[in-house]
Amino acid sequence: MISQLTRDERALAMVLCVLLTLFGATLGLVGRDDVLGWHGALLALSGMVLLIVIMSKIYDPDPNPDRVTKYYDDPTKVGVIVSMMWLVFATFVGDWVAWLLVYPEATFDAGWSSFGRLRPVHTTGVIFGFGGNALIATSFHVLQRTSRARLAGNLSPWIVVIGFNLFCLLAVTGYMFGITASKEYAEPEWYADLFLVVIWVVYFVLYLRTLARRQEPHIYVANWYFLAFILVVAILHIINNLAVPVSLGHAKSYSLFSGVQDAMTQWWYGHNAVAFFLTAGFLGMLYYYLPRRAGRPIFSYRMSIISFWGITFLYMWAGSHHLHYTALPHWVQNLGMTFSIVLVVPSWASAGNALLTLNGAWEKVRDDATLRFMFVAAVFYGLSTFEGSFMAIRPVNSLSHYTDWTVGHVHAGALGWVAMITFGAFYTLVPMLWNKERMYSSRLIEAHFWLALAGTVIYVFSMWNSGIVQGLMWRAYAENGTLAYSFIDSVDAMRPYYFARAVGGFLFFLGGVIGLYNIWMTTRMPAVEKPPVYDLPPVVAAEPAE
Amino acid sequence: MEFDHNFFVGFAKSYGLFYMMAFFFGTVVYAYWPSNQKKFDRAAKSILDEDEGTQR
Repeated sequence: MISQLTRDERALAMVLCVLLTLFGATLGLVGRDDVLGWHGALLALSGMVLLIVIMSKIYDPDPNPDRVTKYYDDPTKVGVIVSMMWLVFATFVGDWVAWLLVYPEATFDAGWSSFGRLRPVHTTGVIFGFGGNALIATSFHVLQRTSRARLAGNLSPWIVVIGFNLFCLLAVTGYMFGITASKEYAEPEWYADLFLVVIWVVYFVLYLRTLARRQEPHIYVANWYFLAFILVVAILHIINNLAVPVSLGHAKSYSLFSGVQDAMTQWWYGHNAVAFFLTAGFLGMLYYYLPRRAGRPIFSYRMSIISFWGITFLYMWAGSHHLHYTALPHWVQNLGMTFSIVLVVPSWASAGNALLTLNGAWEKVRDDATLRFMFVAAVFYGLSTFEGSFMAIRPVNSLSHYTDWTVGHVHAGALGWVAMITFGAFYTLVPMLWNKERMYSSRLIEAHFWLALAGTVIYVFSMWNSGIVQGLMWRAYAENGTLAYSFIDSVDAMRPYYFARAVGGFLFFLGGVIGLYNIWMTTRMPAVEKPPVYDLPPVVAAEPAE
Repeated sequence: MEFDHNFFVGFAKSYGLFYMMAFFFGTVVYAYWPSNQKKFDRAAKSILDEDEGTQR
């Protein structure tokens, strides 16, 4: 991989490693025994390891100059493998926290393994570690193929992939140390947030510069979704994380917002993280890999455009449905509720578009577990967007809010939609990337499919049950007007559902392990003999190597 | 003019509505403009043109 960089690029990469080391060392010095100090040490160590790895290859010959006529897939390859590793790690932690709710003593009396610290490790690990790496990897692949142009840069894709994973590492270790910004899905502290801003800007610029090189007149719709994901996540991340650190040598910071404005900003962020991280980017994946795998163009390209603008514009207003029955002004709650309901239209247009694309190719869906992953993803996308709009209605929310129904809804989306579309995309992508005839084992894909589906269904059904039981118990009154149940009564009633949920989660985790093994074994298979045709874009612009 | 709560509510309920409607119509007109049809058809099919080797 390093041999694909020119000597100049290797030198520049070493400069960047030195800068990372110095930055880490500075944080380490000013942070001293604060968590900031430990994180500085982690960054400095990472910089040094990367430096040594590059230095060991510095005298390797320059890469073949005709590499600029080829697509650049090394960063995508790393992204795919790392994404699957995050999946295995983060679903393991997720299942652990699920068991903690059945057996609270399973923290083994350590601070770092308490529920409050492990839970953000799980959410960050799956959303950013698994989902983020999957989005970065597939976006690089889709961008190059649909633009018929090589990535605009050889070093910047690595800055994105490595930098983003360092951010995830800072986040996850920080929680175990006990730090948090106390904002859901935005828990990392100010220095990690600033670090991510730099990485994200590099990503955005790289994406735009590659698009500018495209040899296709029209920008394929998948790129619109990926670009919306990158741009909006940048806006959300920067605004929601505006904060003032206690001091430059301390990890703790305080948000610039307070009171209900803080809550509204957080849920504007939180809901749009669902919209643009977990929906828009993965729809980009869907609009490329599903037609490719099915061998049929998308059913209606026009519908994909209209639903794109529908999703981007409507989601922005829906966040306040997280704050029904709070100090938030009533009209803002109404606004969020209304937009959430209207949102079902573009969401179903996308899900319908995917399913209608498969209409006429059902025998492929039946025979091919990879395509079936994407089919199930589209179904779960339709189901969970309907459920989400329904739960955003205020009276429904009075029953569902703060209960496990919300947890079930999130997992219908995260397991059923986000993870399933990713698995489908990966099983399509991996043989192309490593130039193999097929995946290592189609039976293992089949096993992964059924484990993932069974795990998701068990999970969602147990959380629906537990959520509605909780909601009903909390609003049950005795004859004399007092509450019929104490809170702990409802906790006790959850036990069987929590047990079932943890079993479902374990099945899903097991599927992920099988997926990682299958992908890893595919990379080790002999490559197909004929050199791939796809590596050569039809027209090659004469551009100086970078 | 006072920039208070009522002002912003009024603004959101009037201009907010009009600009969203205008944007929606703009999108629909773009998507259904007859001469764009060929471009969209080509884009939808273009991703299938590449030969990425045989798949299962």
